[in-house]
Order: sequence, then C-alpha cells, then structure tokens
Amino acid sequence: MPLMTTVLFYVFSAILLGSSVLVITARNPVYSALYLVLAFFSAAALFLLVGAEFLGLILVLVYVGAVMVLFLFVVMMLDINLAQLREGFLRYLPLGLAVALLGVLELSAVFWTAPLGRLGIPASSLPKGTSNTRALGTLLYTHYLYPFEIAGVILLVAIIAAIALTLRRRPETRSQAIGEQVAVRAGDRLRLVDLREPQK
Amino acid sequence: MVLQTLEQQVWWPALWSLLKIVVVLVPLLLGVAYLTFAERKVIGYIQIRLGPNRVGYRGLLQPIADAIKLMFKEVVVPSNANRFLFLAAPVLAFVPAMLVWAAVPFGPGMAISNMNAGLLYVLAVAGLGVYGIIVAGWASNSKYAFLGAMRAAAQLVAYEIAMGFALVGVLMAAQTLNLTRIVEAQAGSGFWSWYWLPLFPFFLVYFISGVAETNRAPFDVAEGESEIVAGFHVEYSGMGFALFFLAEYANMIFVSALTTVLFLGGWYPPISIAPFTWIPGLVWLLLKTAFLLYVFLWIRATFPRYRYDQIMRLGWKVFIPVTLVWIVVIGVALETPLRSLVR
Repeated sequence: MPLMTTVLFYVFSAILLGSSVLVITARNPVYSALYLVLAFFSAAALFLLVGAEFLGLILVLVYVGAVMVLFLFVVMMLDINLAQLREGFLRYLPLGLAVALLGVLELSAVFWTAPLGRLGIPASSLPKGTSNTRALGTLLYTHYLYPFEIAGVILLVAIIAAIALTLRRRPETRSQAIGEQVAVRAGDRLRLVDLREPQK
Repeated sequence: MVLQTLEQQVWWPALWSLLKIVVVLVPLLLGVAYLTFAERKVIGYIQIRLGPNRVGYRGLLQPIADAIKLMFKEVVVPSNANRFLFLAAPVLAFVPAMLVWAAVPFGPGMAISNMNAGLLYVLAVAGLGVYGIIVAGWASNSKYAFLGAMRAAAQLVAYEIAMGFALVGVLMAAQTLNLTRIVEAQAGSGFWSWYWLPLFPFFLVYFISGVAETNRAPFDVAEGESEIVAGFHVEYSGMGFALFFLAEYANMIFVSALTTVLFLGGWYPPISIAPFTWIPGLVWLLLKTAFLLYVFLWIRATFPRYRYDQIMRLGWKVFIPVTLVWIVVIGVALETPLRSLVR
C-alpha cells in the first residue's frame, strides 16, 4: 500500500471513530445526526481508498443523500427533551456494551478463520477492464439472485406495512380530486355574457 | 526517502490537479456572475423591460457591481441563531456545487478526473447541497427559514428518486458509468443518434428534476418569497447570502452541462458534416449548455410557482411511474433486435 493511502486510511479511520463516538455523546440531537453524516462520509472515503468506488458512492448517495436528510427532517421537527433523552443512558449502557462486545467477537471470529491475506485484497485488483460496479452487478444477479430478490421482497413488505400502519380513511377532511382539476376546461368555469345593448 | 516519495506521489499530482481545478472553476464563477446578468436581461426582455443597463456598456459591469456590494455588506448573525451552523451552512451549500464539476467531461479526455463511476459520483455529490439549505433553515432559528428547509428536504427526496431512475436509463443504454464514455456512446452522424430521442422520457424527467433540485422557479417553494419571505436564506446577508446564490447558479450550470453530456451528445456537433465539424467540441458543449440555461430562465419567466402538494404529486405520482415504465421498455428493447435503436 503506498504511503499516502496508508496515511489517508488512518486519518479517515480516526475521523470515523471520533464522529461515531460524538453521535452518541453530542448534547443536541441535530448535532448527533450531523456527526452521523460525517461518519458515513468517512466510511465512504475508506471504501474509495480500497478501490470499491461503487460501495463508497452508494453509501453517500443512499445514506447521506437520502436517509440522513429524512432523519434530520424528523429530528428537527420533533421537540426533543434532552434531559429525558439522557436519562436512560446509564441504564442502557450495559446492554449497549454487550452488543458492542458481541460485534467485536463476531468480527474477530471472521478475521481469525479467514486468512487475512484473502480479506486484504483490494477491490482494485480485479482483472483489467472490469469495473467493480459490473462485477458486483453480475454477482448479485447470477450467484446471489435469490437472496437479493428475497431482500427486495422483505423491503417491499416493510413499505406496505408502513403505509398500512399510517393510512386512515378520514372522510371529514377536504382533499382535492386531482383528476377533476386537470380535466376542467375553461368553459366549465367561465361563462361569457354579451353585455352590449341590443341593437334597435 | 520519505521526502522523495512524498514529492513524486503527492506534490506534483497535487499541483497538476490544482491547476486543472483553477482552469475549470474560474470560468465557472465568471459564468455564474454573467448568468445572473443574463437572467435579468432575458426576463427583462420577456416582460418588455430593459433589465439592468446603467453600470458599464449596456449594464455589462452589473454583476461586478453586485459582487462588490455583497462583499462589503455586513454579515448579520441573529442573536438566537446557532452561530457555528449558521456560518457553516453557506459553505455546505457551496462546496458540493463546486465538487460536482470534478467529473464533468468537457471534451475527449478533458475532465478534472475521468473517473469510472462518474455518473454515480455526480448523483451522490449533487444530493449533498441540500444539507446547506436544511442546516441554514434550522440554525437561523426562524420559522420562515425552517419552513423553507423542510420544503427543500421533502422536495429533494422526491425528485432525487426520479432523477436516479432517469440516470439508470442512461447507464442501461450506454453500459457504462463513465461520463466520457457515455458521450462517446452517442457518437454518430448527428443529433438523431443522441440519447434524447430513445430516452426522451428520461430526458424530460431529468431536466425537470434538475430544475426542481436547484430550487428554481416554478419549483422554488424553498424560497417562496410571496409566502415565506425568502425561505431558508431569509436571515442571511452579505457573503453568506452570496455563497447560497453562487451555489444555486453553479448548480443550474451543472444541471445544464450534465443534461448536455447525458442526452444531447456532449461535444459532438448536431450534424457531422463539414462546416459543423470545424467548430471545436468544447464550443458545441458550451452552446448546448447555454441553450439549456436559457430554457431555465424561459421557464422562470413563463410559469407561476407550483403549489407544494402539486410538486409532491408530480414527483411521486408522475415522474417515478413514468421512469419505471420506460426502464422496462429500454430493458426489453436491449434484449431484442430493437437494441440498435437504443445503442
């Protein structure tokens, strides 16, 4: 790995870890959301450093460009009581630590069994002429087609469930019938009347 | 040893990149200045007025005067605003508007960075500009600014999906994410081989979504001066306001340039015969971009502002279904002998 890449790797990793810690310690929820954006950004930069440009850019596009915008939207709209939010911090700390420990154990198990050399292969070492976007697409739509489609169906179920939970019929509200509005012609709304005096 | 690798790997490429960036951004900022002038003149003539005509010959120095005025105005920070975010927001809006230009090709091999995933890059970075608007609206601690920010966020999410689908269509036809190769895939005998014809619905959806994402009329509800004063930038003055302004106009130029690259054959002349091929490709690219910018101004002078619910309806219920259907059409066409029409 060239010197520059190594230096950049540690810089971005440090920013990623620092901003992740700030996400949970920041006093203001809006700041937390903005730190999370920074964390996603640094993670995307790490992807780019190993040559996985598709993953890096999709992370920015989906999480930073869309998901976090909606997150901020909600966080800014809600009047969040900070004191109440911090109350549970110590109570949930053991649970959080346990989950974190589990994550560390799982990751180290993966690194333990798989030889590091294989995991360390940068995505840029693909055969010449194949971009990793194409490689990922080919894999997803051939070898991993069923898992991919099942994931898609699960997301669809989640979308429909979210709509079903929030959809209510409210006959008393006045809403517009767009179709009727579009179908209106000038003659329906305006009647021209001849106001001249009849000729004698 | 370390110093030597530093020099070889860092300094010279950095200096070279810096030079390319300056060569692109300085004309861009000048273009922004004169786009504001063109806008006032064009809308003036459309509305049978003269437009600015006092500073310099026929008002040609007006943008310079505006710039100097904005630089010397006081930057006011409202007393209850979140000071840090209030000052950071214009930067958050301005930086992505400049960053997207890294991938735009101006001719064969003429781009700051000819990256493989250029299309993804511009889509990802162009979506970041909304953070400037949202953060500005929140940090101003003003109800009007906040309403503007919320509108901008909802609008961005709605139109970015349609825009993404339109770009998926382009990459299906070109089979590549590299912007230079997308232009080269449109090479042919003339304007009928460019993508606007087979991908006509995507062309319309992309350009209109572009107008919506740059918050230009008739989609400028984030500013909506008749209802929420000036929306997200109501509290800004001086250079803070100028940065939002620069970002908005740079984004307009970017959307026009990208529409040219994706759908109007980039640097190729409209007809590949003698008098047209003598003109350099860069000039064609700029001419097409200038035409689309004129369309931006033309739209602004023609249409009244959309109502907010109409904007949402157009994005979610019209554009997204239209693009989904046309993606299927293109996908089927690519698998049948019809593919010669698309590619």
